[in-house]
This record gives sequence, C-alpha cells and structure tokens, in this order.
Amino acid sequence: MSETVPREDEATAESERAGDDADAVLRIEDLHKNFGGITAVDGATFGVERGSMTGLIGPNGAGKSTVFNLVTGIHDPDSGSVWFQDEEITGLRPYEVANRGLVRTFQIARELANLTVMENLMLPAKAQSGEALWRSVLPGFRRQVVEEERELRERVWETLEFFEIQHLADEKASNLSGGQRKLLELSRALMLDPTMLLLDEPFAGVNPTLEKKLLEHVQQLNDEGRTFLIVEHDMDLIMNNCEHIIVMHQGQVLTEGTPADIKANEEVIEAYLGSPWPISNDTCRSISPPWSSWNDWENCSESCWP
Amino acid sequence: MSARTDLRESARDLLAADAAKIAAVMLGIYVTYLLVGLILGYSANGMINTLQRLTFLVAIYAMVVLALNLHWGYTGLFNIGVAGFMAVGLYTMAMLAKPVEPTGGAQYPGLGLPVPIAILGGVLAAALVGFVVALPALRLRADYFAIVTIAFAEIVRLLYTASPFQEFTIFGYTMGTGGGRGILFNFQDPVVTIYRLPIFEGPVTFVNQYVEFGPADAQGVIYVGLLVVVLAGYYLLLKRTGESPFGRVLKAIREDEEATNALGKNTNAFKIKSFMLGCALMGLVGILWQFRRAGITPDAFRPHVTFYIWIALIIGGAGSNTGSILGAGIFTAGLFEGPQYLRRIIQSQISVGQPPGTFADAVGPMFALNFQPITSYLFNNMLTLQFVFMGVVLVWLMQNRPDGLLGYRTETAAAVPLGKRSDEVSETVHRADEPSETVSGTDGTSETASREDEVSDQ
Repeated sequence: MSETVPREDEATAESERAGDDADAVLRIEDLHKNFGGITAVDGATFGVERGSMTGLIGPNGAGKSTVFNLVTGIHDPDSGSVWFQDEEITGLRPYEVANRGLVRTFQIARELANLTVMENLMLPAKAQSGEALWRSVLPGFRRQVVEEERELRERVWETLEFFEIQHLADEKASNLSGGQRKLLELSRALMLDPTMLLLDEPFAGVNPTLEKKLLEHVQQLNDEGRTFLIVEHDMDLIMNNCEHIIVMHQGQVLTEGTPADIKANEEVIEAYLGSPWPISNDTCRSISPPWSSWNDWENCSESCWP
Repeated sequence: MSARTDLRESARDLLAADAAKIAAVMLGIYVTYLLVGLILGYSANGMINTLQRLTFLVAIYAMVVLALNLHWGYTGLFNIGVAGFMAVGLYTMAMLAKPVEPTGGAQYPGLGLPVPIAILGGVLAAALVGFVVALPALRLRADYFAIVTIAFAEIVRLLYTASPFQEFTIFGYTMGTGGGRGILFNFQDPVVTIYRLPIFEGPVTFVNQYVEFGPADAQGVIYVGLLVVVLAGYYLLLKRTGESPFGRVLKAIREDEEATNALGKNTNAFKIKSFMLGCALMGLVGILWQFRRAGITPDAFRPHVTFYIWIALIIGGAGSNTGSILGAGIFTAGLFEGPQYLRRIIQSQISVGQPPGTFADAVGPMFALNFQPITSYLFNNMLTLQFVFMGVVLVWLMQNRPDGLLGYRTETAAAVPLGKRSDEVSETVHRADEPSETVSGTDGTSETASREDEVSDQ
C-alpha cells in the first residue's frame, strides 16, 4: 500500500485553498458530485473569508451552481465536506442550512408568484410562533401570534424601505419585473438575518439602473459585516467589487486570488476561451460580452488583452 | 347627495364581504328551489324537506371542499383520493360505535363505544391514515402524489369490500366491515338524544300547529342546523389557518417548495400537518354525511364522489375558503340536484311520451325529422347525462374561469392586515374617527393599530 505524501509547499497551498485560516466562514473540502455519468463537481476545495465579498467565476458548466446546491443542501455531495462557521453542514437539508445563517438566492429568481411582496418577505423570518398550527388557530394563543405579526410587519417595512421598494408592498410578486424580482429575492433572504449570502447571478437580466442600486445594497450589507459569495458572468462587476475571486473549471478550483491575480492568470483565459494565450485579434473580436467588457475593446483589439 | 354616496359605498362594501356573497348565493338558491316547489305543487312539508335536503348537501359538500381546499388550494397537494379518507372516518366510527353483542339485523359486532368518542376515533383514524399516505408520497411530484391518493382510495374501498375483513378479531376484540354487504348503523343516534332535550319541545309543538311535522322531520331539521354550525366551524378554522404564519408557509409551498425550503422552512413537516388536518376534516365529513342512515356499503365511496368534490372546488376557485362554500352551493343546487328537478318540472308541464328502449331507436327517427323519441330518451336518461353535463361544465371552467367563478381572490397570508404600515393604519383610523378621541404619540399609534388588527382577526 503506497501513500503519496504531499510536498510541503503543495500541502501549504492546499491548506490555503481550503481556507483553513481561522477566519474562513465557509469551507468546502474535496467536494464531488456526479449526475448519472456526468461529473459536475470534481474535488472542489476552497474557503470564503468572513466579511468578504468573494466572486465565484468560471465558464458555463464549471460547476458553480452545483457547488451552491451542494453547500445549501439542495443536493447531497457524493463525497467531501462543507463547513460553515466551524460546524460541518454536509448533507443538512436546505432549511437547516438556511436557519444556520447561510442563505442563497437562485439564478432565476424564485419569487412566490401568487403572494404579495409583503407576504414574500414575511415568510422567512425565524421564530414565528404562529407556524405552529394550534397557536395560529386557538384563540388564547392567537393574540400572541397577532402581536408577533405586527412586529414582523414593521421589520418587513424597514427592509422594503432599505431596498426602496416599499411602493411594491402590495404587488403580487408575479407582476414584478425581472430586476425587481432579484431585489425581492435579496430582500427576502435578508429577513433570515443571514451571516452569509450566496448570490447566484444576482445581476443577470437586470437593467443598469437597477443593477447599480442592487450593487449598492450588496456593498452596504457587506460593509455591515455580512459575507457574500457571488456567482456572476459580468466580469467588470466581479473584478471591480470582489476582493477575492475563485475560478472554477471542470468541477475543480482552477485558481483563486485577487482580481489582479486572476486577470494575470493565463489559465483562466484558456479555461474561458478554450484556446491558449495569446489569442489572435480575430478571435478577440469574435468574443461576445461579457468578455468584451473585461477590458475596453480598443485595448483588446490593439494588443490583445492583457 | 353625500348620504346617497355613503349608502352606495356601504352597499358595495357589504356585497364585497364574504359573508354577504355566501348569503346572497344561498338566498338565490333557496328562492329558486321554492319556486320549483311551487311549480311542482309541493306541500309545506315537501318544501321543508326539499330545502332541508338541499341545505344538508350544500353543508356536506362545502365542508369537504373546504378540507380539499386546504390540501390543493393552500398547500398544492393534489389529493384525488378524498372519498377514501371519508370512508376511513365513517367505517372506523361505525366499527367503534356498534354494540359489542350483535343484535337483530346487526350482523357484526363493534367495540360499543359512545358515539361522540367513536366520531373522534373516526376523525383520528382518517388523520393517521393521511399521515401514512403522506410519508412515502412526500418526495413525489404533484401528479405522482395524485396517483398515490387515488390508488389509496380504491385500496380502502376494496379492503372494506373484501370478505376477510367482513368479520375479524384483533387483540381479542371482534368487529367487521361487513364486506360487500355493508355495515349497519345500529347504534344510538345522537340527534335523537338532542331532539329529546327540553329546549326543543316548545318549538316542535309550535311548528306542529301549522305543519304536520313528525319527530323524524324535526330531527332532520335539527341535524341540518347542527351541520351548518359545524360548517361555520370549518370555515373559521380554515380561515384562521390561512391567515397565519402556518398558512403562509403552506401557500409558499404551493408556489415553490424548493425555494420555501431554502428560506428555512421544513416543508415536509408542514405538508404532513396540512395533509393530516385535511384528512381528519374529510373523515369527519364522511361521518356526518352518512351516519344517520341505516347503514352503508363501500360503493358509496366510489371515485365519482371525489370527482364531484373537485368540480365544486374548481367552480369556487382553489385557494379561497369563501369560494369553496359558494362552489359547493352552486354545484349542489345547479349540477347535482338541479337536473333532477328540471326533469320533474318539464315532465309536469309537457308530456314527453314513452322513451325508446335503445339509443339507436332514439336517434334513428331524427333523420325523419321526428325529435320526440330523442327528447323522451334524453329526459328519461337525465341522471346519466348529468355526468356528461358536469364534464362539459368542468372543461368550460378550466378554459374560461380557471380561478373559479369569482375570479382570482386575494386572501391575506398573515394574521394582520398588510396593506399599510402600522402608523399609516393608525392615521387612517384617526381620519375616519375624526371627531372622536385623538390619540397622540407612539403608544397611541400602536394602540389604534392593534385595535384594527383585532377587528380583522375576529
């Protein structure tokens, strides 16, 4: 029986990747997930620093959304582990993960269509005694439920005001625009008072004005100390707003580092474009957004970025 | 001018109120049936019996539709095995209440428990069976869940029909379902006990001065009155359930279970509770529907019962408690009882002649422009054609009024009004009560708001 002993520098790199430092709020270690014969996540390992705004990028099919699903309990991993605030949460159900303060949004907004915006926001709040059927129904206990509901209503209004969507309070969620639905999803996630938010393409399909507003809110919440892990294809957005970026490719973590590190990494470009660097000017011109917005077009066409 | 506007607004508010809608529809139904009774020349007793039967059916259907609305309208649980849960409630109740020693025509013994305890047992049995059905079905999509429930309902019916369960002994107690021959209800009818209460002596004597009203008629009226009270209980229970954090989670599950789970709600636990509560309510309806009869056979719980209940739910609109009652009223009066009365009216006014023996004999003469055979054939087979008519109505509703006859209805998923923030609510209340006391400061604000919340809560 032979064991491969990792070299010291490899072990250090592995340890850094796993985010073994004490300040990692989320750590995933050697996560694997297969769907039938397709490997979606193949040994992904990384950590997310507490209070950071971290970007998770990679080409389509890299396994980013699957990692979100594995972390939040929507799927169970085949192997590997997930740690949140030093507690192993591997295999927990989504509601158990959410109640520990790790809340996600979805790639396509999952508003509760036939409920109003207010009702959408009132749903997630924790410790609602009225969620026990008998308390909601029996007269003696109903009074306490009403009192709690009144307090919750006030909290919801404060959240709506924070996101400047109080005018939509009575609107059925199905009547909202795509951008408004994204705002609703983020504000609804906040009602759980999460420590960390996983945002799956929060800016996709959002108009620039609303995108700016959404980004401001995310930054403000990050300033308050909440940790964000964001999957996003808009590279400008990720590069300009995340202090740390993790790049996934073929179900594994390809690399991670600061935006500058990532920009300078040829492996990343190759993973995205499928061809080694440097690429020809023709290829460069044929690249459609979002890559065209990574650097400005003139720069790209003159010298072929970077 | 202003007084007239106020009056008009008050009338509009009144009509908008759920209770007024229900009262208006029921009044319309009663008036129509009274006219039908007049046309058919019914006596006062006959009129009372007609309205009593109608109210009985409306109350029974309304209760079971309310229970189904909890499953489908609130939680999105596609239960098409309603008849099975009703059967479990009734059969369990009967087996618990039948005397230990079989007497007379009572072919099989029971446990001899008092009827109220037996009713409670029937309700609990329906809830427990609901739990057993819900457990494996929780992971299934709505359509597969539906298959499980209808399969369950048929299994229940066949079990009650099966000869091995005709009479059996368990833990030393002998009881039986009666198999295909059915089960006799040879236990004390609690309505008779209620009828004998001194409180009813005076009213019965008074009514008998004007109409010949025997004890059985009076007991029937008392029973229907009790059913209306139970129906009001169902409505209040389910309205409170819907307007609560519990109901909010159910409605969220209906919209998107995965998202609700990701928002910290244990959706499986909520689904089980909702399903068990609905099944318990269905079990009670099964008991209330049949237990005053001499007995019952499993055939009373064939799948068409569930089909009827679904039609009533769709007429009223899923997700609405008020709609459930209205749907039950319209279904019973219009589709269930209506065709039979229509046939009687037409036959009382015109002679449709002797119907031909076969469909071919009815259709053939049409080519010779003789429509009398087909007309008499259709009248004679009105009850069979009723099913076709119901199907046509169902298709029309699904295409044209998928949200029910009332259209989409908003029923707040919260225990307090959500339209305005508490302080704004307070301002509105102040404006409305302008000449009255003016409460200032934050304390006053919350007091006023709380008063309004309590009003809405009642």
